[in-house]
This record gives sequence, structure tokens and C-alpha cells, in this order.
Amino acid sequence: MPSRVNTSAGDTLGTTAEQAARANREFTVRARSQRQIVARRFRQHKAAMASLVVFVLVVLFAFLGPLLWTTSPSFMSNDIFTAPSGSHPFGTDSNGIDLLSAVMKGTQSSLIIAVVVSVVATTVGAVYGAVSGFYGGWIDTVMMRIADLFLTFPIIAIAIMLDNRFQQEASSLWLLIGVLTALFWPGAARVIRAQVLSLKEKEFVEAARALGARDRRIIFRHLLPNTLGSIIVISTLTVAGTILTETALSFLGFGVQFPNTSLGLLVTTNQTAIEGGHPWLFYIPGVFIILIALTINFIGDGLRDAFDPQQTRVRA
Amino acid sequence: MLVYSVRRLLQSIPILVASTFVIFLMVASSVDPMTPYLTKKPPLSAAQLESLRIRFGLTKPLLQRYWDWLTGLVLHGTFGTSTQANFHIGQQLGYAMEVTLRLVVGTILIALILAVIVGVTTAVRQYSKLDYATTAVGFLFLSLPTFWFAVLLKEWAIQINESTGTHFFDTLWESSPNPPAGFLPQLGDAFQHMILPVVTLSLLSYAAWSRFQRASMLEVLGSDYMRLARAKGLSPLRVLFRHGLRNALIPLTTQVALDTAALLSGAVITETIYSWRGMGLFFISAIQLADPDSVMAWLLVTAVFVIVMNLIADLLYAVLDPRIRLA
Amino acid sequence: MTNLNTSGEELLAVRDLTVTFPTADGDVQAVRGVDYTLRRGEVLGIVGESGSGKSVSSLAVMGLLPKTARIQGSITFQGDELLGLSERKLMKIRGKKIAMIFQDPMTSLNPVYKVGFQLEEAILAHNDLSKDEARKRAVELLEIVGIPFPAKRIDQFPHEFSGGMRQRVVIAIAMANNPDVIIADEPTTALDVTVQAQVLESLRTAQQETGAAMVLITHDLGVVAGQADRVLVMYAGKPVEIGGVDDIYYNPRMPYTLGLLGSLPRLDADRAERLTPIQGSPPSLLSLPPGCPFMPRCPLAKELCAEQEPELVVTDTADHRAACHYSALLAGKQADDVFSASAEDAEMPEAYGAEIAGVTGDVSAPVIDLPKPNTKGSV
Repeated sequence: MPSRVNTSAGDTLGTTAEQAARANREFTVRARSQRQIVARRFRQHKAAMASLVVFVLVVLFAFLGPLLWTTSPSFMSNDIFTAPSGSHPFGTDSNGIDLLSAVMKGTQSSLIIAVVVSVVATTVGAVYGAVSGFYGGWIDTVMMRIADLFLTFPIIAIAIMLDNRFQQEASSLWLLIGVLTALFWPGAARVIRAQVLSLKEKEFVEAARALGARDRRIIFRHLLPNTLGSIIVISTLTVAGTILTETALSFLGFGVQFPNTSLGLLVTTNQTAIEGGHPWLFYIPGVFIILIALTINFIGDGLRDAFDPQQTRVRA
Repeated sequence: MLVYSVRRLLQSIPILVASTFVIFLMVASSVDPMTPYLTKKPPLSAAQLESLRIRFGLTKPLLQRYWDWLTGLVLHGTFGTSTQANFHIGQQLGYAMEVTLRLVVGTILIALILAVIVGVTTAVRQYSKLDYATTAVGFLFLSLPTFWFAVLLKEWAIQINESTGTHFFDTLWESSPNPPAGFLPQLGDAFQHMILPVVTLSLLSYAAWSRFQRASMLEVLGSDYMRLARAKGLSPLRVLFRHGLRNALIPLTTQVALDTAALLSGAVITETIYSWRGMGLFFISAIQLADPDSVMAWLLVTAVFVIVMNLIADLLYAVLDPRIRLA
Repeated sequence: MTNLNTSGEELLAVRDLTVTFPTADGDVQAVRGVDYTLRRGEVLGIVGESGSGKSVSSLAVMGLLPKTARIQGSITFQGDELLGLSERKLMKIRGKKIAMIFQDPMTSLNPVYKVGFQLEEAILAHNDLSKDEARKRAVELLEIVGIPFPAKRIDQFPHEFSGGMRQRVVIAIAMANNPDVIIADEPTTALDVTVQAQVLESLRTAQQETGAAMVLITHDLGVVAGQADRVLVMYAGKPVEIGGVDDIYYNPRMPYTLGLLGSLPRLDADRAERLTPIQGSPPSLLSLPPGCPFMPRCPLAKELCAEQEPELVVTDTADHRAACHYSALLAGKQADDVFSASAEDAEMPEAYGAEIAGVTGDVSAPVIDLPKPNTKGSV
């Protein structure tokens, strides 16, 4: 063992106890898990937090509301075109249907469709993009061109065409979901592919390979989890995009069909409501669409900020 | 550069060919020209139906029909035969395209110019009140359903017209039924009809592009070459535009070209509300009247348009960013 | 190189410079009181770890800090105060009187413009020349810094140049208008060692051609040894030692400087010696505790160090100052005299060439006798 340090510098070195005390004086950094960091940053985004609250309220409104407000959305009463009042907080339309329950039901279906589309499109898109980016070369080129093919045709046209053919069939709702998924998955694929392209150059991929990991394992165990932030953000924004697209299709008559309802459908039926003197019939469904899309967009923005490691906000 | 362009051009061809096949399959399976005849009362005889089928070419095998259509297109320059009477597909499509292009081009111009101005300004003045205000407004536009807002705008315009007694806003059709004579007056008339639809459609694009431009500009503003440019003693304006904007615009130009397909969808919706006789009406009536050749022509033209825009995006990117030319 | 050029005209004087950045977590004191002067023709090396404030203080000189930074103190150039100067006035000084070279050559040049354009831009910003004249001068400059085939390469884009070449272009831009001061902020950090030598050579040429004074910022002591006349060592936003290059290298008087020198691997050592690393890491600049910021890592520390932050005081000569309460104790000491306690904790396998007692000899390193410079008569 090497001999103890010479004390030519005098006894200024001090005892080991003093040295230990000195070491403690250094700053101890509290270790935070990534989840905590992300959550903390999200909480700092005021608009996102407020939107989260509002969005939860909207969801509760749509799904729990009907349990409290039991008027049926298809019940045609004798009160036609009544203004908002106690018995009909949102008024009634030309058929005497209570708008409040109609809006609840419409919000329900729009939300369900949006979430399903978002989950499926993001999952499919992310895996597709990851595989494409990982293999690169001609596989990547071909895969991306196929994805581009989906984006070549205006979604409206496809929806109109397919819906016209399969109208009145029970599967029309699934068809709508399918069409919307086809619209949104290439976007997710593109983003994830770009991320994977840069991630696969990193050393941990090489290390995994050196350890003998198979391609599938590298993609699913190493690459995709690192894109989780993007995936979450994309899926959130896809919900917003789907709401807007679905309501547009329903407005044109090619989306959700009777007897189902959608906020877009409500707007169509009440198009002339303003000049007819019952503007609430037109405004309320529209406001709900805006509310849902806006809150989700803010939440998505908050998530994006929270996952971005390079964000520094300096308040001057 | 030339090599790159040619290569990209050649790469587009297989996509185009694949598109034609996809188009044909989609239409063949969903647009049946027999539809109006199948529900006629009194019902037609089997022989009559069969002769109709032969006339529509439905008795031939699928691939044969595809080939016939494709060769007709490429070799003879014809889109096929419409089931609608006195309807020359090429010509009608041309009219419809011209109308819709007014809307699309107008929208791109307005949205792009506004987006660049706002994006750059808010990036330079990050976290200022202006930045927060425009961000909030931008989010609102992003969450606005185009169709709902179009109806709303139309209502307001009518109310303004009525209250001021003028006919400032034209809410119906893309031009007046009896347009004024002369090029300029006609142009003015067209513009008057364009105001509302362009405003409606450009809100969404503006919101998305301005955020994009802001992010792009922020990235550029923090880059090392901007710092070096300042260290050289160049004026702040020169640094901002010559070095900053020049780089920050690159991603946006690509994005604009890529967003064109989505813009077409929006145009279809907007046209419907303002009763424009453009691509929207062409398509919807072709579907409703079970006119497969017209539908295919429409899909083909839009596909070509989108593919060309993608090509332009790539080429533009290579022109603006010399690093890409090596790829 | 070892000429202490103290008789030249004073070009740049930095007095009590402090820079504070507001962040989401609080105020970061990046620079906490820097003083130095720069005379014509001399090379001042500023040495320190990342986060020591060396780059920030130079960016303050150029006025390139973000608007949110709070700057106090004084920076005078040829007598004129630079802090608080309007952007228009600063424009005239940047690139013309004071030029800067940045760290990462891969991102310093604008990728969409040709190299010639960026060089000519620098020339035309401060000189009324025709395009042709500017181009001629640009080709000249490229030749001076050692770019082969300058007339052809002037029309190429930055991505067609290697890292070292790009940095030489940046040097050419810096010397384009014959500035009085060139600030080189870690010019070789991002480059391979072999390329480093070439770039440093170009830097030396630039200094000689323009006669400029240079501030060379780096964390690499080897680079400083070969280039600088005087050295300023920074730690936690403050200078902790300043003096002539020989004084600093042969007679360091601050434990941090000692530690830095001791952690340099030496090819000229007789036998394998353990490096003497400084344990621990630099303090956070968010909220520095009172006293000497180096205290947690310093083997010499006592209670006084925790209470009072030492000032820069003169050691042997007026030029050589150190900020340590016990700097006198360090006279004539080597790094492993002071730091070997820490080195001991670092376990090194015997196979690495360490000497084992009883087998190859004693491990404790002997005092290596280096010739002391003759400091008689120096001012």
C-alpha cells in the first residue's frame, strides 16, 4: 500500500473528519425521475393546466351528464325553438329536441371517435415510422412513399366517396374511424421516423447491437421508448385534429350519420339558426367544438414543452 | 443540382403510376354508374340493364378497364366519358380547377405573408405581450372549425351588408351572375367574392404556419452563425434578414408545399358554404350522379397537383439549402 | 512567447465585471468580478473549467450577451467605455477593432452562403471597397491562414470544408480588418489534436500579421503554454490567479491552478506517475455559499476559507497575483504534494505502471527539480 501523504504542506490538510465535513459542503442534487420532471414542467404551463381542468369537465359533462340530465336526445317534444331556459338550458331545435342532451351525446361520440382514431393512428404510425427509420435505405424510401400515397388524396374526397358507397350500413361508424385513421397515421410516422433516424446514430444502439440484440428488440425496447415524448404529444394533437375533421365531415353529411349524432351534425342542422332568430342553436355546438379542440391543443402544447429537454424560459 | 432534380422527378413517376392504380381501384369499388338505374321505377329489364353495363364497360375485367382508362389518358389525352349529359370532363374540370385555384393561391399568399411577419416578430420578441397575444389567437384559429366559422362569417357579412346598405361582401358564388365587362372590373368582382372564403380558409393555415415559423426562427436566432454575423459588425437588420430569415424560411417553404393536400380539403368545405362552383361541387355532384370517370379525373388531377407540390417542396429545399444537394 | 510585454499600449481594460443571468431557478452569477488588462501585441490566456465564466466575460466585451443578462462593471477599449454603448456604435467596433472566434467551427459559418460571401461580407462591412477588391482580399486572407487553392475554395460552401478548415476560415474572417484585439473562445476545443496544431498555427499567423493583442480562452493548459504571454485562471466566475505564463506554470500559488497542472498527463515524466485529479465538481453558480468557492475540493482548506472569499493578492512579483489565503504555503510545491491525498483514493490497478513498494520502488513521487526562471530584474 502506498505510504500516507507527506505533510510537507504543513498540517493544513487536516484530519479525515475535516475532509469529510468539507466534502459534505458540496451541493447535493436531488435525483428526480423523468416522470417527475415532466410533470413538474407541465404544471408550470398555466394554459395547459387550465385546459386540463376544462377538458376533464367537458368529459364529465359528456359522459356523466346524461345520467343527471335524463332528457333523451331523440325525444321530440312540443316545444319548438325555445330559447335557453330552466327546462331546456340549451334550448330546443326545430324538432323540439333538447339541445343540451343532443350536445352531450354529440360530444360523447366525437370524443370517442377522436380518442380511438388517435390511439390507433399514433400506434400504427409510430411503429411504421420507427421500422422505416431504423432500416433506412430502400426500405425506408419505399415505406415513406407508401405513407405519402395516403397523404396524396384530400381526405374529404376519400371520405365522401367511401361514405357514399357504404352509407346506411351499420359499419359506417367504423368506416369513418378507418378513414380518419388513414389520414392521421402518416403524420405520426413521419415524426417518429425523423426521431429514430437521429436516435439510431447514438451509441446505445450500437451497444445494444454489440450485445446481440435483435432488430425487433432494439426498435421496441430501445428506440420507441425514447420517442415516448413525441408519441404522447402527437396522440394528443391528433385528438384535436380528428375532432375538427370528423365534425367537418359530419357537417357535410359524410361523417357521423343519423341516428348517431355529432357536434358537426348539429351545426349542419342548425345552419340557418342565426338568421332564423335562434342563434344559440348554431353557436352552442360550435363553441363546444372549439372548446374541446382548444383545450386539447393547449394540453398538447404543455406536454410538448414538458418533454422538451432544451426549454429554458427566462423571464427578463 | 440538376442531377438531384432529375432524380427526384424520376422518383415521382412510380408514385404517380401507383396513384392511378389506387384511384382506379377506389373508384371502381365505390362509384357504380348503374346506381341510378337500379332503383328506377318501373324497374328496367335484365336485358336493358345488361346493355347499360356493356355501355359503361362494366363487363370487361378490372385490369382491362384500368388499362383502357390509362391508355386513353396517356395516349389520347382523354379523361373518359362522363355519365352526365353534355359534360366534357376535361373542360369542366378545367373550369372548376381555375375557380378553386383562386381560393388556394389567395389563401397561401395571405396566410404565408402573415405567418412570416408574425412568426419572425414573435420570435424576436419572445415572451413579450405581443407574443402571448398572438399565440393565444393562433391557438384559437387552430381550434376553429372551418365550416362553422364560414357560416358565421357569412352571417356577419350579410348583416353588415344590410346595415350599411351596401353590397360590399359577396357571399354567394365565386363571381356575380352578370359580371361587369372588362378585365379589371371582372378582376375586382372576383376579388370581392374572394374575400370571405380566403379569410375563412387562411386562418387555419396562418395559425399553423406562424407557429412553425416562430419555432424555426427561434432555432435560427440561437445559432452560432448568427452570433458570428453579429461579431462581424453587421447591422442587426442585415443579420436578422440576410442570415436569420434566409435560414428560417427553409423549413416553412417545405411545410407549405406539404400542406397543400390538406388545403384542398379545406377548400372543398369552404366552397360548399359559399356556393362556389369549383372542385368541391364538381366532385360532390360527380359522386352523387354516379359518374366514375369524372371522379377518377378529379382524383387524378388532385393527386398530380399534390405530387407536383411535393416535388416543388423538395427542389425548393435544395435550392435554398446547399447541403441537401449532395444527398 | 515568454516575453512579458508590459510596456505596450493598454488596449482593453476590464474592471470589476459581473454578469448575472436570471433563470427559472434563480439568478446565476456567471461572472463575479473580473479584472484584467490587455496590452498591444500580448497574448492573454484565460483558463478554466466549463462554467467558470471565461466565455461569458468575453461575450460581454463584444456586447453579444443576451438582453436578459445583467452586466455591471467597466470594459474600456482604448479608453472608451464599451458597456452600455448603443448597438450602432458597437457595430463599428465589432469585426473592425475587436474580433471574435468561436468554439464550434461546424456551426459558426452560415451553411447557405459561400465561404467567400461570408468573408467578403466582413470586409465590406467596414471598408469601402469594390466587390472585386473585397474578393481579392478574401483570397489573400484564405491563403494567409493556410487554405489550399484559395481561389477555388472561396466559392465553396462551408459543408465542403473540414472542421479545421472551417475554423481557419473563421480566423480569416476575424483578421480581415486588422483588428486591434482578437478574442479566441476555445478555438480548438471541438477539433482533433492533430488539427488543433494547424489551427493554432493559423491563429499565431493571424496575430503576427495583424499585430493584434489576443485573448485566448481555453480549458486546455497545453494550448495556453505554447501561445500565451500571461495567464488568467478562472474558477466559479472569478479570477483566482493571474500572472506571466512561466510564473503560473512553474510557481502556481493557488491550489486550483496547482490541481489543474497536476491533472495534465506528462509525456516528459521519468516514470509512470499517478495523475492527481481534483475530486468533486465545480459549484453551482445559482447560490454560492460564502467563502472561497474552491473550498470543498481544496486540500488546504481551513475555517477561514469557509468564511471569507480570498482576494487576488500579490505573491512574489507585482504581476503574479493569487486568490488564496494560504498561497504562501504553496511556494515551490508540486501538485502531488498537495493533492496526493485525493489521488490515493482513486484506485488504480497495478498493471497501469504504478510503482509498488518493495517491488519497483516507492510510490510517493519525488520532487522533480525544474529550473527556476531568473526573475531578477523583472518589473
